[in-house]
Amino acid sequence: MSARLRGYAIFAAVALLVLVVAPAVLPPFRLDELAKYLCFAIAALGIGLAWGQGGMLTLGQGVFFGLGGYAMAMYLKLHDAGGDLPDFMTWSGVEKLPALWKPFADPAFAIAMVVVLPVAIATLLGLLVFRQRVRGAYFAILTQALAAAFTILLVGRQGLTGGTNGLTNFYDFFGRDPEADGTQRLTYFVTAGVLGVLYLAARQLVKSRFGRLLVAVRDGEDRVRFLGYNPATVKTVAFAVSAGMAGIAGALFVPVVGIISPSLLGVVPSLELVVAVAVGGRYALAGAVLGAVVMNYAKTSFSEQWAGGWLYLEGALFILVMTLAPKGAVGLYEQARDALARRRRTPEPAAPAPQQETQEVPA
Amino acid sequence: MSEEKDGALLEIRGLRVVFDGFTAIGGVDLTVGRGELRFLIGPNGAGKTTLIDVVTGLTRPAAGSVAFAGTELTGLREHRIVRLGIGRTFQTSVVFEELTVLENLDLAAGFRRPLRSLLRQRRGVSDAVASALDTIGLGALAERPAGVLSHGQRQWLEIGMLIAQRPKLLLLDEPVAGMSRDERERTGELLTEIAADHTVVVVEHDMEFLRRYASQVTVLHEGRVLVEGDVAAVQADPRVQEVYLGRTKKEAA
Amino acid sequence: MEPLLNQLPIGLSIGAVLLLIALGLTFTFGQMGVINMAHGEFIMAGSYTAYMLQSRAGGEAVIVALPVAFAVAGALGWLLERLAVRHFYGRPLDTLLLTWGVSLVLQQAARDIFGAPNVQVVAPSWLTGRVTLLGGSLPYARLFIMGLAAACVVGVWAYLNRSRQGRRMRAVMQNRELAAVSGVATGRVDQLTFFIGSGLAGVAGVALTLIGPVGPSIGTYYIVDAFLVVVAGGLGQLRGAVIAAVALGMLNSFAEFWTDASLAKVIVFVVIVAFLQVRPQGLFVLRSRRLT
Repeated sequence: MSARLRGYAIFAAVALLVLVVAPAVLPPFRLDELAKYLCFAIAALGIGLAWGQGGMLTLGQGVFFGLGGYAMAMYLKLHDAGGDLPDFMTWSGVEKLPALWKPFADPAFAIAMVVVLPVAIATLLGLLVFRQRVRGAYFAILTQALAAAFTILLVGRQGLTGGTNGLTNFYDFFGRDPEADGTQRLTYFVTAGVLGVLYLAARQLVKSRFGRLLVAVRDGEDRVRFLGYNPATVKTVAFAVSAGMAGIAGALFVPVVGIISPSLLGVVPSLELVVAVAVGGRYALAGAVLGAVVMNYAKTSFSEQWAGGWLYLEGALFILVMTLAPKGAVGLYEQARDALARRRRTPEPAAPAPQQETQEVPA
Repeated sequence: MSEEKDGALLEIRGLRVVFDGFTAIGGVDLTVGRGELRFLIGPNGAGKTTLIDVVTGLTRPAAGSVAFAGTELTGLREHRIVRLGIGRTFQTSVVFEELTVLENLDLAAGFRRPLRSLLRQRRGVSDAVASALDTIGLGALAERPAGVLSHGQRQWLEIGMLIAQRPKLLLLDEPVAGMSRDERERTGELLTEIAADHTVVVVEHDMEFLRRYASQVTVLHEGRVLVEGDVAAVQADPRVQEVYLGRTKKEAA
Repeated sequence: MEPLLNQLPIGLSIGAVLLLIALGLTFTFGQMGVINMAHGEFIMAGSYTAYMLQSRAGGEAVIVALPVAFAVAGALGWLLERLAVRHFYGRPLDTLLLTWGVSLVLQQAARDIFGAPNVQVVAPSWLTGRVTLLGGSLPYARLFIMGLAAACVVGVWAYLNRSRQGRRMRAVMQNRELAAVSGVATGRVDQLTFFIGSGLAGVAGVALTLIGPVGPSIGTYYIVDAFLVVVAGGLGQLRGAVIAAVALGMLNSFAEFWTDASLAKVIVFVVIVAFLQVRPQGLFVLRSRRLT
């Protein structure tokens, strides 16, 4: 079977599993959980693009996830309030709807903002820092600082953002009861569908000339500059796309889970997303998706048993992956496959091993 | 080749480069005519690579001007200079190891494409890429990742990436450093072939290579132009011998 | 004008805390290129060391706690370097994630050992009280921290510039390969660097107990700002770290004064990004001609 055909077969099998098998066998409660993991997988896909392909370690994806989530939640709150103030505003003594909120009463505007806000902020930040050749660790630290500042801002502006509690208690999701099994099934299918479409789009991007250019920028930014490209533009585009994906993920998260709050998008949740991508395999988009689903599943089921233990396990797993398998699960799978293939045709001279074993993303 | 009527392609006037108080280049004038093959030689620290760095925008000069076909280059960003038609290689060759040979060339050739057209997948091989691949003779390795190439092959790929960009001026920084005898031979042929229809400036240490392939030579020493002329004249010049062999001989005499 | 002046000593004292934390980072991040996310947990280790000593021997034990916390945190750092980080040199982003894993484990360990709620450390009697400075009222404890930060800076400076080991450290920082072929045992230097850098985090941890209760996640509150100090100051630049820490402390305190705590962090972030437009590599830069 050719690599291309095998790819299609795997994609079809996964689609079958997600769209047919899972809804048939999982109880509604578990299906809703799976939908949550798929939301994280969408954000992880963006990280796979920015970090795995582009070498930009972004530790602030929670910010973009949050922007998307809040944009969606603001619409839902206004819709529920039906012309009055949203409930939390009355509790914190706000008397007039803040100007920032007004346009979000329009669902089209809110949905547009889900993508526009993260993309705009990522573009601005990207242009400013990449133009000045701020990269590697510096970039990682800056994005982390952004995540920290963003959560502090959200918590501090109680009347505007709902503070620590965030935005929750939605009663009407585009004409449906968000608690009903039917709605939950629907949001599950929408999330899975969006993930599938975005995955295919991201894969197309990676295979395009732009994708090759992105890898070139990752491995030799200065060399790319002397080929007549501006690496800052390339990186900004990739970063903005990843931010847009995080925004979409955040928007879907709101109907699936029923809440968006600062604790979901600070420094730690942002890092956890990156961790999931690393565990799954950062250099493959499928690895990012797989990592996000598996790690979040593990987190949920482990925390149900022994809350503190999860942190030990996550930490330990992470140390092990970084030390023994920096390419994650996908890397291990590829190694095993190559080893198997080599054993099958021993008489032939061994093909030169892929060179990138010791290769690393430059800082 | 370098008659006045052809006009100068690269004109450097009164160039000074200072690194934290150290004068790397102290007033260099250099003119390279269209179609010329010019060698830049000189002992370590003479300022050869610095000169190329200034032309390509990697280093900013303290004073002086660098004009390329009438356009002032100082102050332009690196990728802008490349877009004007200047390509360079580096002493340590950098090719993109994860991309195939073909993808490396295609990436180089596509630098003028608008961003939107980059979003499409590559189908087939463009003329510029095909002819570059042919010139450097790596056709058999086209689909292999560049990471498997030998040192010499990497240098050739880099040169191929340059010619795929169809530049007006090529700057090669020590193209035969670290190469085997055969590889040097092959590189020399490649250079002759390229020089037939490009303007090329080569920084080189290797004197044998110089003797075989150079015509016009500029000797730099301690940040200044020492001598300029054809190979035979430069080699015969006592000042050049002094610089390369040391002063002891003359002082003893 | 007067309330504005009040912010000055407050800003200075925030800067002093940041400086104490960032000082260790200029070693491990600035010099070795290791982004040690567990640095915050070494602070925590220092804090709990002070807590243990002072709850047994009283507040005066703070003087003993300083060197002990330095040794405890330093030993943890040394262990981290030996067991994990040294396999990761040249891969700064991977180290970041690796050490974050370590930081998770250490935080949970602290929760299991000392309990999740914050603990209050007994302060020594001679540090209770306030002093009026430039029109602002400042607790003695804050003043003590400023002195401690100044002392640490002087100590680090003297070590780097006056001791043989310190000079070796600088040699490795400027050119690792050259230092190695010149006979400097770079592995040893790395171990020592990590020990000192982490030890300084321990000292910072003791200082934090003087200004408030401490808990398992105390490190996470300070680590992001401390990294910003190193970024703004320039990698491995002692004077850069000092200036950046004080400036950031001031900026924080004045931004909070003019707006409020929730906007202050956003303002700090915007100012840093703006600053990087002028000085993308921080205040002070080690120049080199190398590409990439």
